[in-house]
Amino acid sequence: MVGRQVRNLMREPIWIALLVIQPLVWLTLYGQLFKRVTHLPGGGFGTTSYITFLAPAIVIMNAFFSGTWSGMAMISDLDRDVVPRFLATPVSRVALVASQVVRSALIAIVQAVIILLVALALGVRIDSGLRGWLIVLVAAALVGAAFAGLSQAIALLTRKEATMIALANFIGLPLLFLSSTLISARQIPHWMQQAARFNPVNWGVDASRAVVLPGTDWGSVGTHLGLLLALTIVMGAFATWTFRVYQRGL
Amino acid sequence: MDAIVVEDLRKRYGDVQALNGTSFKVAEGEIFGLLGPNGAGKTTTVKVLATLTKPDSGRAEVVFHDVVKEPDAVRRTIGYVPQSSGVDREATGRENLTLQGRIQGMKAKALRERVDELLEVLGLEDAANRVVRGYSGGMKRRLDVGLGLVHRPRVVFLDEPTTGLDPEARTAMWEELGQLARREALTILLTTHYLEEADHLAARLAIMSRGSVVVEGTPNQLKSSLEGDAVTVELSDGKVDDARAIIRALEGVREVRVEGRQLRSRVESGARAIPQILSALDRSGIGVEAVDAHRPSLDDVYLHYTGRDFRSEDEAAE
Repeated sequence: MVGRQVRNLMREPIWIALLVIQPLVWLTLYGQLFKRVTHLPGGGFGTTSYITFLAPAIVIMNAFFSGTWSGMAMISDLDRDVVPRFLATPVSRVALVASQVVRSALIAIVQAVIILLVALALGVRIDSGLRGWLIVLVAAALVGAAFAGLSQAIALLTRKEATMIALANFIGLPLLFLSSTLISARQIPHWMQQAARFNPVNWGVDASRAVVLPGTDWGSVGTHLGLLLALTIVMGAFATWTFRVYQRGL
Repeated sequence: MDAIVVEDLRKRYGDVQALNGTSFKVAEGEIFGLLGPNGAGKTTTVKVLATLTKPDSGRAEVVFHDVVKEPDAVRRTIGYVPQSSGVDREATGRENLTLQGRIQGMKAKALRERVDELLEVLGLEDAANRVVRGYSGGMKRRLDVGLGLVHRPRVVFLDEPTTGLDPEARTAMWEELGQLARREALTILLTTHYLEEADHLAARLAIMSRGSVVVEGTPNQLKSSLEGDAVTVELSDGKVDDARAIIRALEGVREVRVEGRQLRSRVESGARAIPQILSALDRSGIGVEAVDAHRPSLDDVYLHYTGRDFRSEDEAAE
């Protein structure tokens, strides 16, 4: 099942290009654009290199977006009656939902590796070495998986591409900005800081950034990853539940 | 041996009672047709048998496995070809078949051979490695059928196999289905709302209307059960009720039904009845546009057993 997802993805050259190019664009453009931001009074960045600040966040941001959009493939499958055909076989019902989630996690990891390699080339140093790399990949995979689960659930409930797109944007953009993805937490208005604490994207960003920058607080990294794991499980359950709802309507 | 047993199935979707006590049996190796207009409950019946949905009450067994209690066992023995194409358009024909085989637990080598075999039998070897999005409608349907057959099921459900195909593709599909049935020694349950398709393909059929089976038998049995001929008279003016009374009163006329400006009657002998009908109507000053006599068709069978016209019910439900 996962093989099918991946293979279909690889078949679209546009997607491959987007997968690789988009994060790089963000990294280089925003990196250059907001270079001086790290010198803002009040600081809180933990480094003067904005690109070091930004890179882990870009990883997470991409995982978030690819997860959120993964539901589109499910809508297309549902529309085309591909799913009923699979349901008439002994394939596990869970596998049908899970394969999308796994796909998103895999994409998140691949993108993460690409971004980190480019960041390294641009002078970013990951402070905690190999352990740090792994943490970033895990955080990316979890964020990708969690939002893929949510996206699947929305796909199964709404079954319409237009609604999916609207919801993805409606949820996605605020989550992006109510976080310290682009700018240090201390620079954000207090109410937004509070909101950000409940933002899963922010959990991923905090954990990844913490291992990239010196002075890692491992406790907080652990907490954030734990929260992401819990969220992934909850979203997985939600997606499975919506799948049952879909089945009942057959 | 009965490959499929359906007993008193009932299923409700919201306000609609889709299945209202459906019962029938299909023997092993038969090609069995479920015939009925749209909305009769055929697709719902197939969905229950293919384990996609559970009935509210009633029992259904496929090759001795209960569809509700042993769904996975059923899924291993059946092939399901849904009404709208279930192929993955972004993959090639070969990939579609291979994935389906893998899901059904086929081993790599056996699967490869089977896929090659099917591609050849379905006439898709040239297109095997092209993405399905480029296939014609007929090719996609053939691939659909192939997907249902990969794992050598004993029973195959074809839900409206030729709907949406042009007449040439449809005839080609009939031939292929016939060949496949013989080759694979399958039991086939097909649903259709095309009378000629049921007549042509099915060895036995059940006519469904409004959620239940109205009558069962071979096409010939069903047609012969309507004794005599069918005579259709089309009036040039609207005096249908008078005409009906007049025709009904004639000797040798068994029943008369009205549809719009047409009167359809069953008579003992068409050759004798026509001149009688025409002169009786003429005497009463009722104009006749056209008249026709024929041996009963499935259309007449349907009309007789359900009291409703197949075509208008079919169109109304669409």
